[in-house]
Amino acid sequence: MQILFLPFKRGNNLQLFSPSSGLDPMEVVEVLEQFLQKGRVSALLWEVCHQQAQTGCLELQDSLLNKIVCLPEHVSNKLQGKNPPVFFPQNYFPLLGDAVLQVLEKISDSLRGGLDCSISFVSHVLGKVCIQGRQKEILGVLVPHLTDLTKSDCIWQRICWRLVECVPDRWMEAVVLGFVQRAPGADALSRLLGSLVMKNKKAEFVVTQKMLLLQYGHTTAVLQNLLGYLSLDSLRRTLLLRVLQELLETWSSSSAVKHSPAEQQLYISKAILICLSHLKEPEIESCRQELLTSMMEGVKCHLDSSLPQLRRLGMVVAEAISLKINTEGPVLKFEYEDDDETKELKSLLEQTPSFCVVPSLPVDESEKAGAALPLVLESDEKSHRAAPVMPDEESDTELDSDDDLIPYDMSEDKELKIKAPMYIRDCIEVLTGSRPEDVDKWEATVKALEGLVRKNPAATREVSVELAKILLHLEEKTCIEGFVELRQKAQVAVLTTDPIPVAKYLTSQFYSLNYSLRQRMDILDVLVLAAQELSCPKFHGKTKHSGAQKPCIPLLPGSDRSKDWRRIVDERIKSKTRRFDMGQSRVELASHPNEFNSVAGYFFFPLIEHFDRPLTTFDLLGEDHLVLGRLVHTLAILMYLAVNTVAVTAMGKALLEFVWALRFHTDSYVRQGLLSCISSLLLSVPMERILADMTEELLETQSWLGDVMEKDPDGDCRRLALQNLLLMENLKKKLEAVPS
Amino acid sequence: MALPPPDPQFVLRGTSAPVHTLHFSCGGPEPDIPLLFSGSENGFIHVWNLKTHRVDRALDGHGRKSVYCVETMGGKDRLLSQGRDQRICLWDLAEGRTSVTDSVFTEHVGFCRCSLLKVAQGRWLMAMAARSLEEVQILELPSKTSVCTLKPEVGAKLGMPMCLKLWQLSCGSQPVLLAGYEDGSVVLWNVSMGKALSQLNCHQEPVMSLDFDSEKAKGISGSSEKVLSIWSLNEQQNLQVYKTHELVNAGISDITLRPDKKILATAGWDHRIRIFGWKKLKPLAVLDYHTATVHCVSFSDHSTPRDRLLAAGSRDQRISVWSIYAQT
Repeated sequence: MQILFLPFKRGNNLQLFSPSSGLDPMEVVEVLEQFLQKGRVSALLWEVCHQQAQTGCLELQDSLLNKIVCLPEHVSNKLQGKNPPVFFPQNYFPLLGDAVLQVLEKISDSLRGGLDCSISFVSHVLGKVCIQGRQKEILGVLVPHLTDLTKSDCIWQRICWRLVECVPDRWMEAVVLGFVQRAPGADALSRLLGSLVMKNKKAEFVVTQKMLLLQYGHTTAVLQNLLGYLSLDSLRRTLLLRVLQELLETWSSSSAVKHSPAEQQLYISKAILICLSHLKEPEIESCRQELLTSMMEGVKCHLDSSLPQLRRLGMVVAEAISLKINTEGPVLKFEYEDDDETKELKSLLEQTPSFCVVPSLPVDESEKAGAALPLVLESDEKSHRAAPVMPDEESDTELDSDDDLIPYDMSEDKELKIKAPMYIRDCIEVLTGSRPEDVDKWEATVKALEGLVRKNPAATREVSVELAKILLHLEEKTCIEGFVELRQKAQVAVLTTDPIPVAKYLTSQFYSLNYSLRQRMDILDVLVLAAQELSCPKFHGKTKHSGAQKPCIPLLPGSDRSKDWRRIVDERIKSKTRRFDMGQSRVELASHPNEFNSVAGYFFFPLIEHFDRPLTTFDLLGEDHLVLGRLVHTLAILMYLAVNTVAVTAMGKALLEFVWALRFHTDSYVRQGLLSCISSLLLSVPMERILADMTEELLETQSWLGDVMEKDPDGDCRRLALQNLLLMENLKKKLEAVPS
Repeated sequence: MALPPPDPQFVLRGTSAPVHTLHFSCGGPEPDIPLLFSGSENGFIHVWNLKTHRVDRALDGHGRKSVYCVETMGGKDRLLSQGRDQRICLWDLAEGRTSVTDSVFTEHVGFCRCSLLKVAQGRWLMAMAARSLEEVQILELPSKTSVCTLKPEVGAKLGMPMCLKLWQLSCGSQPVLLAGYEDGSVVLWNVSMGKALSQLNCHQEPVMSLDFDSEKAKGISGSSEKVLSIWSLNEQQNLQVYKTHELVNAGISDITLRPDKKILATAGWDHRIRIFGWKKLKPLAVLDYHTATVHCVSFSDHSTPRDRLLAAGSRDQRISVWSIYAQT
């Protein structure tokens, strides 16, 4: 049964009590409490250490170890939760830590006295506590003290090294991890652990493999401790180089980039940058070629990724490597916008002092300021030169003037504005015109086109497909601000004005030859924006152009006038009415027919049809997975916008099949899109229809979602899958609730 | 209330290409018909009859490459034209002939118009941009012998010459060349010594055109900027900025002083012709007729002042002819 080892004070002897021998557990606990509070644990530990130096009874030590470490559990089991506070783990283990410290002090004294002493029992205690997950409590006490003590005392350093070395292999990981996490800096860690990684295979594995390549939850400070520790000793530096090689191998492996979560890749990138910051010139020299090879490969597979964060990671790391290996000559420089993440990464490359882990300020800004300075000077210089030597008007000796010449009216002399075309057909002429000199007119046309299309729907319908074709192929001739946006707005305007033929055209072009990926993605964007506009009840097109319409003749004066009339009456009523409720006046949304209803199919089905037929220039299922990702997301949005339309069920069915076909795609961006497809399907298609028409598919999807939620490497995918499952549950509940 | 600006006297249509240069020949005695020569982008030189406003003849001598400079040499029968085919042609137009008598291969790839100066009866000097980038070459016509080559100092970095004006103070005195360069500076050259006398940085952008009044020793230049720069030449042969004039729109492609030096006209990229009084650079009129960049302006050489005309050629393929301030 339960036996309490009760180490009792008298004569420091160990005595054995059994509760079954009639002792009241409460009394025993009281005695134990006293025992703890009087600090007898350390005496007990010291006793064992002392004996061990002579050879002690192993069995006894084992059970003693067990009792010491598990005392809080035993007590609370016995007392069913009514145990005194001193037995709470958060109190007990710091106490145990203090005891360990006292024992270590005694050991240090006795070592100084020339006496040999065994420390292994203390190591065992430490190891067992750590493996039980109480690193925080015990090391929270031990590490700061040991850090102080080892600062200048080599005996203490040796004691410390011995302490960790004697930890059995099975507990080594927990202890090393605890030390690395809690050490205040790399040099403290180096004093505490010594050459542990060189002596102990297990510790080496934990430090060089597990913490770097298998785990990725540690903070940057922990990484800096760890790699700093490796760099602080010449023997350990070989390990540092090996670690760097392994990190780079992972970083440059395309499979790792594809399949491992973004967080882990960030972690590995950080580790690489810290390693690089520790490398010295001769070491770089020795592995320059390898660095170069893995940089090239890594850049390639990172830039291939469809996630912008990964692309940027690749760029930052590659820049860092190239900076290190090219001391002279050009270094790699990518164009990306700095955000917090890249700034942090870059700051890692600066060698931080090993004892303080404060991210250093990014250096870029001061550099930029420095670069800006000469510019200012230059412009100053220019303005000086431009200032003419103005003659003094007074001293002008010329008496004659131009008075006999009477000037004409020059009030019309204003800054030149290019007149934009007034008709859509003129726009087409300008945009297709081969005359390259009409740049100004061309610019004005691009700017005016959207407004014209919105104002003249009838005229647009006559040439809609032609216009869509021109806009799709329109290239930026000159540097117009926001050209892409202007073109897109015009495309959306054309598509919303004449949805069916233009949607037919655009969707057919999406799968045809000789388009760039950019153009194909443009098509998708335009379809989405137009669908959004069509399905949106507030119909932004009309509200917008009623304001802009003033200068030209309204197309339907009657209807406009009636609107004005209505508005005026409304205002009058408002001004004459006294309102007593002070609540927010509710603006009633004007209801409109959902214009997307009749055309949703034209947007959706042609896109979903041909995705599995590769063209010579375009392979959605192959390397053009970025476009596939966009396509999947587009389909998800179209599905969402198709809510309440007639075609929604058919669309849902097709979409489920599509998702099913692609569910194991390797690109996480594509998978995210598929999961959003499921979400919007669940939201758009009425649940009754789903259950009636696609029960089997739904069940299959559900089990797939379960899989994704558990196993997908990408955090977003897991989250989305979970949301989908919840959504399914909710819908099911709602459906059950309705009939009852 | 100031009068609204006048409309063009008449408009000449039919070049079917942007017009780059204009030159009047109206000084002849009564039986002679006043003529206007125009050079256009399709390589034709049109000879306009100003009585009938029709094209008398179309001369094709530059291989359909743009003609950007036309000058008469003496009478209306001898013509000089410069084209983008890198040639300067001398024409004999007497008695209905339309033949190129001689030509000079300039080897210059640019838009710099040549400048012609009559030094003696039947002898002209011509300044033109030469083959190497910064050089200007002076030739004697009709013999085509090279007088000198004007090279800027090493490292001056002036860029290509953009416009030239060859002049002399009085008949028989030293010919002097004013040249506007790509870097925005105007340089005064002594032709006989082949030496730069003075340099003035009056623009930030290339100098597109300049004209000079040798009596007042004052000149004016325009560039692609929004400013006209007026500069003077003092007794020490130094150029200095006298005044600048801000324009409403940027870009001047041509500047011409009327032969009587009372007014001047500018051809603007903003489609407008501007008239200024020369003495104080008082703005007098803005002629808004063209619908594209105006490339050139030219005043006629009528012997009676009130017949005097102003012509402007534009990229809109029209030549507008104006009668403005003819009485004064």
